[in-house]
Amino acid sequence: MLRMDPFLTETPTSVDEAVALLAAHQAAGRSTKVIAGGTDVVPNLKHGLFDPEVIVHIGRVPGLKGVVDDGGHLLIGALTTLHDLSVHPLVQQHASGLARAASLVAGPQLRRMGTLGGNLALDTRCLFYNQTYFWREALGFCLKKDGSLCHVVAGGKKCVAAASNDTATMLLCLDAEVVLQAPTGRRTMKLEDFYVANGIKNTVLEAVDLLVQVRVPKAASRRFEGYAKLRHRNAIDYPLLSVGLRVDVDGGVVSAMRCVVSALQARPHKLPCDAWIGRAFEHRQERQDVVDGLKQLAFAKCVPVKNLADDVVWRREMVRVLVQRAFDEAIGEAS
Amino acid sequence: MTRPISSPVRVFDHGSTFEDAALRRQDGDHGLGMRRRKIDGHDKATGRTLYADDLSFPGMLQAKLKRSTRAHARILSIDVSTALAMEGVFAVITGNDLPAKYGIIPWTRDETALAVDDVKYIGDAIAAVAAVDEETANAAVKAIVVEYEDLPAILDTETAKVTGQDARTKVNPFAKKGNITKGVELSFGDVEGNLERCRSEGVVVDADFFFQGTTHAPIEPHCAIGTMDERGVLTVISSTQTPHYVHRDLAHVLGLPEALVRVVQPPVGGGFGGKSEPFTLEFVVAKLSMITGRPVKLLYTREEVFYAHRGRHPMQMHYTVGADRTGKLLAVKSAIDIDGGAYASFGMITAYYAGQLLTGPVAFNSYAFNATRYYTNKPACGPKRGHGSVQPRFAFEVVLDMIAEKSGIDPIELRRRNFAGDDVLLINGQQMNSSGLIECLDAVRTASGWDQRRGKLPRGHGLGVACSMYISGTNYPIYPNDMPQSGVQVKLDRSGRVTMFSGASDIGQGPGSALAVIAMEELGVLQDHVRVVLSDSDLTPVDLGAYSSRVTLMMGHAALEACRTLREQVQDAVATIWECRPDDVLLGHGKAWHAKDTGKAMSTKEAFVLAEERYGTLGAVGGYRTRERGGDYRGGTIGASPAYSATAHIAEVKVCERSGRIDVVKVWVAHDCGRALSPVIVEGQIEGSTYMGIAEVSMENMLYGNYPKYGETPGPDHVRAGMLLGPSLLDYRIPTTLDTPPIEAFIIEKPDRNGPYGAKEAGEGPLHSSIPAVANAVFDAVGLRLTELPFTPAKVLTALKKQASSSSKAAE
Ligand SMILES: Cc1cc2nc3c(=O)[nH]c(=O)nc-3n(C[C@H](O)[C@H](O)[C@H](O)COP(=O)(O)OP(=O)(O)OC[C@H]3O[C@@H](n4cnc5c(N)ncnc54)[C@H](O)[C@@H]3O)c2cc1C
Ligand code: SF4
Repeated sequence: MLRMDPFLTETPTSVDEAVALLAAHQAAGRSTKVIAGGTDVVPNLKHGLFDPEVIVHIGRVPGLKGVVDDGGHLLIGALTTLHDLSVHPLVQQHASGLARAASLVAGPQLRRMGTLGGNLALDTRCLFYNQTYFWREALGFCLKKDGSLCHVVAGGKKCVAAASNDTATMLLCLDAEVVLQAPTGRRTMKLEDFYVANGIKNTVLEAVDLLVQVRVPKAASRRFEGYAKLRHRNAIDYPLLSVGLRVDVDGGVVSAMRCVVSALQARPHKLPCDAWIGRAFEHRQERQDVVDGLKQLAFAKCVPVKNLADDVVWRREMVRVLVQRAFDEAIGEAS
Repeated sequence: MTRPISSPVRVFDHGSTFEDAALRRQDGDHGLGMRRRKIDGHDKATGRTLYADDLSFPGMLQAKLKRSTRAHARILSIDVSTALAMEGVFAVITGNDLPAKYGIIPWTRDETALAVDDVKYIGDAIAAVAAVDEETANAAVKAIVVEYEDLPAILDTETAKVTGQDARTKVNPFAKKGNITKGVELSFGDVEGNLERCRSEGVVVDADFFFQGTTHAPIEPHCAIGTMDERGVLTVISSTQTPHYVHRDLAHVLGLPEALVRVVQPPVGGGFGGKSEPFTLEFVVAKLSMITGRPVKLLYTREEVFYAHRGRHPMQMHYTVGADRTGKLLAVKSAIDIDGGAYASFGMITAYYAGQLLTGPVAFNSYAFNATRYYTNKPACGPKRGHGSVQPRFAFEVVLDMIAEKSGIDPIELRRRNFAGDDVLLINGQQMNSSGLIECLDAVRTASGWDQRRGKLPRGHGLGVACSMYISGTNYPIYPNDMPQSGVQVKLDRSGRVTMFSGASDIGQGPGSALAVIAMEELGVLQDHVRVVLSDSDLTPVDLGAYSSRVTLMMGHAALEACRTLREQVQDAVATIWECRPDDVLLGHGKAWHAKDTGKAMSTKEAFVLAEERYGTLGAVGGYRTRERGGDYRGGTIGASPAYSATAHIAEVKVCERSGRIDVVKVWVAHDCGRALSPVIVEGQIEGSTYMGIAEVSMENMLYGNYPKYGETPGPDHVRAGMLLGPSLLDYRIPTTLDTPPIEAFIIEKPDRNGPYGAKEAGEGPLHSSIPAVANAVFDAVGLRLTELPFTPAKVLTALKKQASSSSKAAE
């Protein structure tokens, strides 16, 4: 079996204690890693991708689980498991695309361990990175860890490992916000600002930060939302491509529209959709016109790179197919 | 699940008929052919079973291997000093500590436990460490420094063909000519003349196929524990399918008399051919335990299982097949390049099997094949379920579909017309006594609604058929000898219990249960009164192992022989008391019965007491040897089997033209296993084989980095050449339950005179035709002939686009 290098474990019982512990260890020069469900951290530790001296396990911190409706938003605790998220009545009612995205993560066991916070902070993935130490050594390592070159983009100086978290794609469509707790206090930011285009670390999370809550604004008008995921198996697999779509309709026309394509590079790709605002969205043909345009846009803008073993030409072809699927899902015509 | 579709009336040896069997079936507990739980089923389902890695011994050390990071390189130096000096490290060994060459086939001993002068693939083992725990052993492995001089990496057969003349491009120095492991060229009948005839009055199909190669992926990784006692007896516990060959090679490599080596096989968590020969770990734990005086365990990681591999060979195949106007096959010709990886493994046999196992159940008048296996700088290929013949079967069965299409004959009808028949000598001189092909075809044809649906479904939706046969063991053992291929020893005593000792390997396929069934059938005992002791070379008679689908037939015969000797004694002892003929004493349901006087009965326990009183201590042995040998020419024994199974598959697919994804919606499969000793197990094998075949069509994708190509100048990331891309079960995808279609399995029973109770194999045959059935269904669905496995969505979509553009061109 693959083994993990030894580390110290801390099990705080409050958010304050957790961030204080992180800060204290950091101040003492010890590297730290937060672990929630551990479904990403543990395999990565086994592969030698993370080498923290201290693991801070937040799984037992009370108050970070569950979904509440504050009138305008769904407030989702960072420790809510993906399974609970996918079956929660409030989520199904107000953010059905999110429920669906969560239900498509990994498999049933992993969804019962994996948390929403962990999913949003999931490390980026790459064929040349998510491998054992031995394998990466044979490869000559890479930019993201232990090495100096990129095997995806020849001569590349920037890591383009793929954002592979299913829920992020959909939450970006829903204009979600994240609440972060640091020793210095709390801050709320748009999820859009949480991600950066750097495969080595694609979020603005600092080592002393804890993601405590996700805020999802509720729809003000009629909303269609859909999520489509490309994978070979109907369970386990990370997305080879993922598409989230949201269309708000007011008075028969599009009042807001978002489409996010992910699993391409480090930052989920948000397509500019404002051009469709004001377009009619009642009849079948009107809707199909919108999605046809969107498909063209997505195909033009989204160019998968060789960070996965699958053929990139095919993955690109599938962008259009997935946009259509997300749309079918959204208007309740899933094929 | 329905069974059997067409069951011949069975006549049991002691005179009872099928009707009796039906009666007995109702009580659900007795004898042959009854649906019953596997003897090890409960323990496995509840987690009680102890696999190799579950075992632990006082003072046990953990071993780890240093593996090559180079695809092909000379080893300039290995520095183990830092590792050896580490606290908790007990020993470090390198190739020079185990220099003897070994290999499963005695004529191709071409590997050493640890690399001696050069490394041949990324993952090749170089050194081994024994330490107090895994962490320390891992740290020590990291501390070993190896200096390499890189050599050109030979990664495919095209390159292998033109290299190997000099030491730098020779993958394995064992190769006498270039990089060739083995070339086989055989020809039967006038192939060219027949092809000529078919060209003028019939059809000839010429086509190329590529089978990329796949791995076994058993859920239990390889694990071995070695320990040497005070007397110098070496015990190796290993999750192997071939403990006997491990025993022989351990003695050979370690220089010990075979009598001082004991090999114990614990329950094995799957093999599929991936544990069919000695591996580095067994020699390493043995040597390290001899050096340290402590038990030593080595458990492979999942990644190391990929490096141990011995999976299905990539094959590039060209077929030329000719048929006359009526669809009668007159000539088959093939040229096959086999990509072998770094070592020979079973490769010599693979080269033969690629041709020899194609000659039934569909027969042809003339045949020529030319198969060459090459060494390449990748993990060695070997036997995977359906060794050597799954790839050619795929190609041939697709060709049959093409012939059917060209000649306007229904694909099932084409196969029926060319059926070899029963009791026939196949074109390559091999005797096939029985074949249930027609019954198999009929079963799947009816169940799938073939006649109503094939060719009539909307575009994107189709049905395909294919068939095959497989061996039930080989007449000729791997090392030439005249001793039994399988021995069984049976003891029974006054407790009423029967204990069966057999060297057979239970890798999940159920020989233990087969032994119990035979004891129940012959000696009348209840299932729970049978104990089975398997595969411990100190306790059990020799059996050659779980490969070539040999166990049920060979072990079955041996068990039958031993049980019948004892049955006669029991019958005789009881008959004396009852004053009747021994034949009138029937044994069954835990009792001895008087055939003519229903008032007379006693428990088997009482009967055994009588037998023990009369004959003293009760025990008997049985053994199986093959009498036939096979075709009378060089290589004629290879592929010759006592009995051949038959299989037919019909697959129903849906092809998504937007994504290129092939969905196998349903599979019907019928398999002739001669006689199902345990129908539940046979169904499990049929379903499992079919599942595995479908996985190979649609998902399993064994990709290696191939940059730079041979002759190109390496760039800074040149080490990617020869890297297995994603040696894990996340990247190498095998289907989950959600990806597995419903499989309807039919057991066909056409008993073979060479099988115990008529039984033939069921473990490998039912894989073969699943693959071409899917390929042929895709043709029915969208008119595409896919010839390169696996059929990934990317490939299918490309093919669909090509089809669309050429048909739109045609329309212009
Ligand atoms: C076989 C397999 C398949 C998978 N398939 C998918 C898939 O299809 N789609 C998908 O999206 N994911 C997949 N995953 C990844 C993973 O299971 C999920 O992303 C899960 O949601 C991660 O949550 P966790 O709580 O287990 O995270 P952890 O492993 O505990 O943490 C993940 C990361 O988030 C950080 N983190 C966790 N919680 C917080 C917090 N509150 N504040 C700050 N940082 C935090 C950790 O430091 C770490 O960097 C798969 C994993 C496996 C093993
Ligand atoms: S994209 Fe390049 S740098 Fe990033 S993980 Fe992959 S190989 Fe490494």
